[in-house]
Order: sequence, then structure tokens, then C-alpha cells
Amino acid sequence: MHIVVCVKQVPDTKIIKINPKTNTLDRRSAPAILNPYDAHAVQEAVKIREKTGGTISVLSMGPPQATAVIKKSIEIGADRGYLITDRAFAGADTLATSYALSKALERIGKELPVDIVICGKHAIDGDTGQVGPGIARRLDIPPITNVIEVVEVNQQEQTVLMKRKLANGYELIQTEIPCLMTVEKEINEIEYSPMPNMIKAARYEPIIWAVSDLENVDRTQLGLKGSPTIVGKMFTPPRPEGGKKLEGTTDEQVNQLMDILLENKDLFTLQSSN
Amino acid sequence: MNLDDYRGVWVFIEQNNQKIEDVSLELLGAGRKLADKLNVPLAGFLLGDEIKPLANQVIAYGADEVYVIDHPVLKHYRTESFMKGVMLLAQKYMPEIILYGATPNGKDLASAVATDLVTGLTADTTMLDVDVDSRLLEASRPAFGGNIMATILCKKHRPQMATVRPKVMKALEPDSSRHGKIIEEKITLNEEDMRTKVLQIVNDVTKKTNLADAHVIVCGGKGMGDYQNFQLIHDFAETIGASVGGTRDVVEAGWLPHEQQVGQTGETVTPKIYFAIGISGAIQHVVGMKNSELIIAINKDPNAPIFDVATYGIVGDALEIVPVLIEQFKRLKNEKGGEITYA
Ligand SMILES: Cc1cc2nc3c(=O)[nH]c(=O)nc-3n(C[C@H](O)[C@H](O)[C@H](O)COP(=O)(O)OP(=O)(O)OC[C@H]3O[C@@H](n4cnc5c(N)ncnc54)[C@H](O)[C@@H]3O)c2cc1C
Ligand SMILES: Nc1ncnc2c1ncn2[C@@H]1O[C@H](COP(=O)(O)O)[C@@H](O)[C@H]1O
Repeated sequence: MHIVVCVKQVPDTKIIKINPKTNTLDRRSAPAILNPYDAHAVQEAVKIREKTGGTISVLSMGPPQATAVIKKSIEIGADRGYLITDRAFAGADTLATSYALSKALERIGKELPVDIVICGKHAIDGDTGQVGPGIARRLDIPPITNVIEVVEVNQQEQTVLMKRKLANGYELIQTEIPCLMTVEKEINEIEYSPMPNMIKAARYEPIIWAVSDLENVDRTQLGLKGSPTIVGKMFTPPRPEGGKKLEGTTDEQVNQLMDILLENKDLFTLQSSN
Repeated sequence: MNLDDYRGVWVFIEQNNQKIEDVSLELLGAGRKLADKLNVPLAGFLLGDEIKPLANQVIAYGADEVYVIDHPVLKHYRTESFMKGVMLLAQKYMPEIILYGATPNGKDLASAVATDLVTGLTADTTMLDVDVDSRLLEASRPAFGGNIMATILCKKHRPQMATVRPKVMKALEPDSSRHGKIIEEKITLNEEDMRTKVLQIVNDVTKKTNLADAHVIVCGGKGMGDYQNFQLIHDFAETIGASVGGTRDVVEAGWLPHEQQVGQTGETVTPKIYFAIGISGAIQHVVGMKNSELIIAINKDPNAPIFDVATYGIVGDALEIVPVLIEQFKRLKNEKGGEITYA
């Protein structure tokens, strides 16, 4: 079983800052982390490998510093990692990203055929969730999005049984291998990394490819050139008027609020129980 | 690609068990405005098994045309079969804009279709407009980080596609006297060719927090300080019979499960009363709750952006105020000897 997990380096959006003058992201303000959903994706690969054996590769596209997320993935339990990095990839939207990643997956597959590709449900910076299904289409394998549980991987039948989250519950899905899944956070808990993984990660040197290392690449489909969507403008949403601020001491404010709520008879009623 | 060959605004009509999802009706409302501005027909497209009767409802909600693909293999949503249907329609009729609800299935379908049509797709849009001269769709969504919206354009590819968040657009009042054209399209699909099978669909109502349907929501933010203090939110909600929500920071801190997150990457809610307690009011949060009827914010920072959307604001320490509120409501209930119910 060969599982490839796509992992992205993202700015930690919790501490990110926006330059109010230019409306752009101040990247220096935010440390780069492994996209949290992708950490769960690697963890799920580890869980599958415990049952099936095999190899876990991780694949990332990004600047040279993105080797950090590959090392992090090795810590969680991946066996090896590939980074595709090239100026030609820069400025890619989801369409160009899935194209580049699928080309790298083709090359990885030549070395060792790929059975399952796992992606995160979405990346917390771009927040689209479109790259996973895009890769699946390009490789012509079934995409199963929003997976919350991998019930069984049957190597004999070459099938995977899994639960996919829906708006009001879930569905049980069986699909053929090879396939691609995108995972929700609730699929697993990230386990503490065992010492040998930490040591391996510290020493690990990812395999690094440029565009010229990939085969049959149509350069017009890469990066900014290959991206149909562009950011037209950034704007601060019109500030609504805002309402009334209550005044006075805490007790006074609470009393005013109680009066307001009780006046709005259409909102709720106190029903006498007798 | 000649961009002028593409005309019309299309909406994916998502249905489950022969019931149309609300978001699709909302998108017909939003799509109507775009179509009128561009002076083109608005079409809904509907895929499923025995779903033709739904077409009239699509017209009543604003469509001029409904494209229907009815086939037993389309009984349950699957990327493979549904995208075949959408590809067939999009390539034959060449709409300039296609909108999908940003639901699990809508996002899955749109992502796959965009790849095969080689076109742009904007995710989780919360504002939609068109520029009449350039006929460009302006799909805006909150962008990473702060209180910023980004407008995404797709200049050189067609159709222009977007997924749109549920509950941010408004459906029109249905008008059953409206007339429209129903176009049925045939498709060849074989169950044996499907690589994916849906074995079972489980409606898990216990897991659903029903935030989307709640009349009153008490939503707590990181300002509650810690897990222990966050229990005040639960206590208050229980006292007034409300549902509990939280911001993403609260969910990431592990104080609440993800199902209870309100906002861009969580639920969109429209309750009668929304309490925002210890919440700063970042755009990603606000887009998920701003259409609530009455918004009450409690925050100790008088400049917190949440006060811009709040109907009433209390500037003060939530850890002091919430216990007083709980006490007041408890007293009220004791005096009247009853329960609070919501209209
Ligand atoms: C791609 C993306 C998607 C996102 N999606 C979502 C989403 O779906 N939902 C969401 O909520 N967020 C989302 N966010 C995060 C969002 O940008 C904010 O970071 C988040 O909403 C902030 O949460 P908060 O208000 O709880 O915390 P903070 O921003 O830390 O605000 C805490 C507030 O509490 C106040 N406070 C502190 N102590 C007290 C006290 N004792 N009494 C009263 N007030 C007090 C402070 O003044 C402050 O205003 C997303 C971000 C990104 C980048
Ligand atoms: N640059 C990238 N390198 C590797 N994987 C990526 C990259 N961008 C996106 N992905 C994968 O696609 C998923 C969804 O990302 P997105 O569509 O950007 O929300 C992520 O969780 C990753 O698994």
C-alpha cells in the first residue's frame, strides 16, 4: 500500500496581521505551520499503514522553507517527502495547484504506484477545499471529500469503505483503489510522535523537484499563468451603523437589557407552568 | 475560447430525497438579480432520480428555464455521475455563470467540474455582483486574516463559477403563476461503471446541534478566557433555553466541537436573538451571524468590531455580566413560575 498525503505550509491565521495601508497579508507576522487538516491526513495515513503495511509519502508545493512541513509530517510518521518548488509554480490558484501536484504525483507513481491520496478538507489560508477534488479529476480517480472515518481498507478487493460527512449526518461509501480522500479534523486525534520519528525528522532531507524534474508538463498551466481566477480588489466591508451601546454600571446595563428583551414580546414569552 | 459564446446564469439545484435545499432557492434569488442585470435568462439545473416534479418549484422561485436530468443512477449524489451530467449540460448550453451552494456536495461537485471545464471557481462566496460592461462575475469572500473581503474574478475562462454560502443570499417569495421552460436532457449512465457506491445514508440528528434552526443562540468567544469560564456560556444558554455556539478560536482551543462553530468555516445562523459574548467580531465570524434579528454583544473593548453589527452592546466584563444575566433570568422564571418559550 502506497499512500501519498498532500501537505501545505500555511501561515498561522490565528496570529496573522493585515497591513491596513496595502490590505495585504503581512507574512512576517505569522509563523508558518503545517495546515492542521493535513496533519490529520498524515495521521490517518499512519493509522491505515498500521493495518495494511506499506509506505507513506508526503508531497508539498511551496517555497524552499516548506521543507519544514515535510519534516513535521515525518515526525507524525510519514516515510518520505517530496517538495516541488520552482518560481514557475508561484501565484497558483486551486486549478494550477492541482495541476502541479498531479504532475508530481504521476512522477511519484512511476517510482512506486500510488494507491491512496489523502488531502486535508481545506487549507486554513486559502480555505477552498478545491485542490483535493481537482487532483482526483486530473488523475482520474474517485474523490471522496469530507471523510470522517476510514472503516476498512480491503487490499484483496482493492476497495476502501469510509464515512463521508453530510450536512445532517453521514453516508457510508465504498470506492475503488486507487482513490483520493479529503479528511475532516474529527477523523482522528494527532498522537504524540515517538522519539525515533523525531530523530528521523530532524535529520531528514526531502526530495526536491523543480518543474524540469517533472514529465509532460504544460508550463502554461502552472502558477499565475495557469490560474483562471485573480483577485480583483480587496476591500473592507462597509461598516454597518452599529446599534445602541448601553451605559451605566454593570447592573444598570443588565437591567436595561432585560427591559429591552422583555419589551420585545414577539421574541419570547414566559409561559406560566400552571 | 470565445467568451461571447457563453450566455445565461445557471444555478445548481441541490435536492435530497426530492426536497430542494434552501441554499438553492436562495441562489435562485441571487441569480435572478445577476440575470436581470446581464439581460439573460436564469436557469436552474436539476439532477436526480424522479425529480422532474421539482422543476415547477424552481420556476416559482425565479428561474426562466429548468434543465432536468432524471436517471436512476443519479439517486444519490456521487461526484462521478453528477459531474457527467453537469459537464454534458455546461458544454451543450454554455452558460456564462454557474452558482452552487457551498454545501459538502455542492463544493465537491463544483471543484470537480471546474477542473474538467478548465475554469475558475471561487469558494465560499458571501457577496455576488456582476459588472454589466465586462459581464464579469464579482464573487467576494472574506480573505485570510483580518476584516478584509477579496473580490475574485475569472476574466478569460467560461463559465465563471462560484460556490456560495448558505443563508447569506435571500430567496424570492415563490410565485406559482410564473412561467418557465422545462428542458429534459438524456444521459447514458451505467451503475456497473460507477467506481463509488453509496451503501447507506445515516441522518444523525443527535450529532446535529441544530444551530442553523435555533431561535436563540448564545455564542461565546475567546474572551471568556478559559474552558472553565466558558461554562458560563453553557449555563446562560441552558437558563434561557438557547443553543450554544462558539468562534473558531473557541473550537480550536477545544472548548466546543466543530459542529458548534459559527462563521465562514462553520455554520451560518439567523436566530431571533444572538448573544455574542467575548467575541471580537472578525469578518469570518460576522458573515455567519450578521443576519440574526437581534444581536446583543458583550465585550470589554469598546472598539471591538462586533459592536458595529450589534443591535445592543454592553461594554464590560463578560465574567461579571453573564452571571448577573443568569441570575436575572432565573429570578424571572421563579417569579412567573414558568419556562421561556420562543415564538
Ligand atoms: C480562513 C479563515 C476562516 C475563519 N473562519 C472562522 C469562522 O468560521 N468562525 C469564526 O468565529 N472565526 C473564523 N476565523 C477566525 C477569525 O478571523 C477570528 O480569529 C475569530 O473569530 C476570533 O475569535 P474570538 O472573537 O473568539 O477571539 P478574539 O478575536 O481573541 O476576541 C476576543 C474578544 O473578547 C474580548 N474580551 C476579552 N476578555 C473579555 C471579558 N472578560 N469580557 C468581555 N469581553 C472580553 C476582547 O476584547 C476581544 O474582542 C477564520 C479565520 C480564517 C483566516
Ligand atoms: N501547495 C500545496 N501543496 C500540497 N498540498 C496542497 C497544496 N495546496 C493544497 N493542498 C492540499 O489540498 C488541500 C485543500 O487545500 P485548499 O483547496 O487550498 O483548501 C490541503 O489540505 C492539502 O492537502
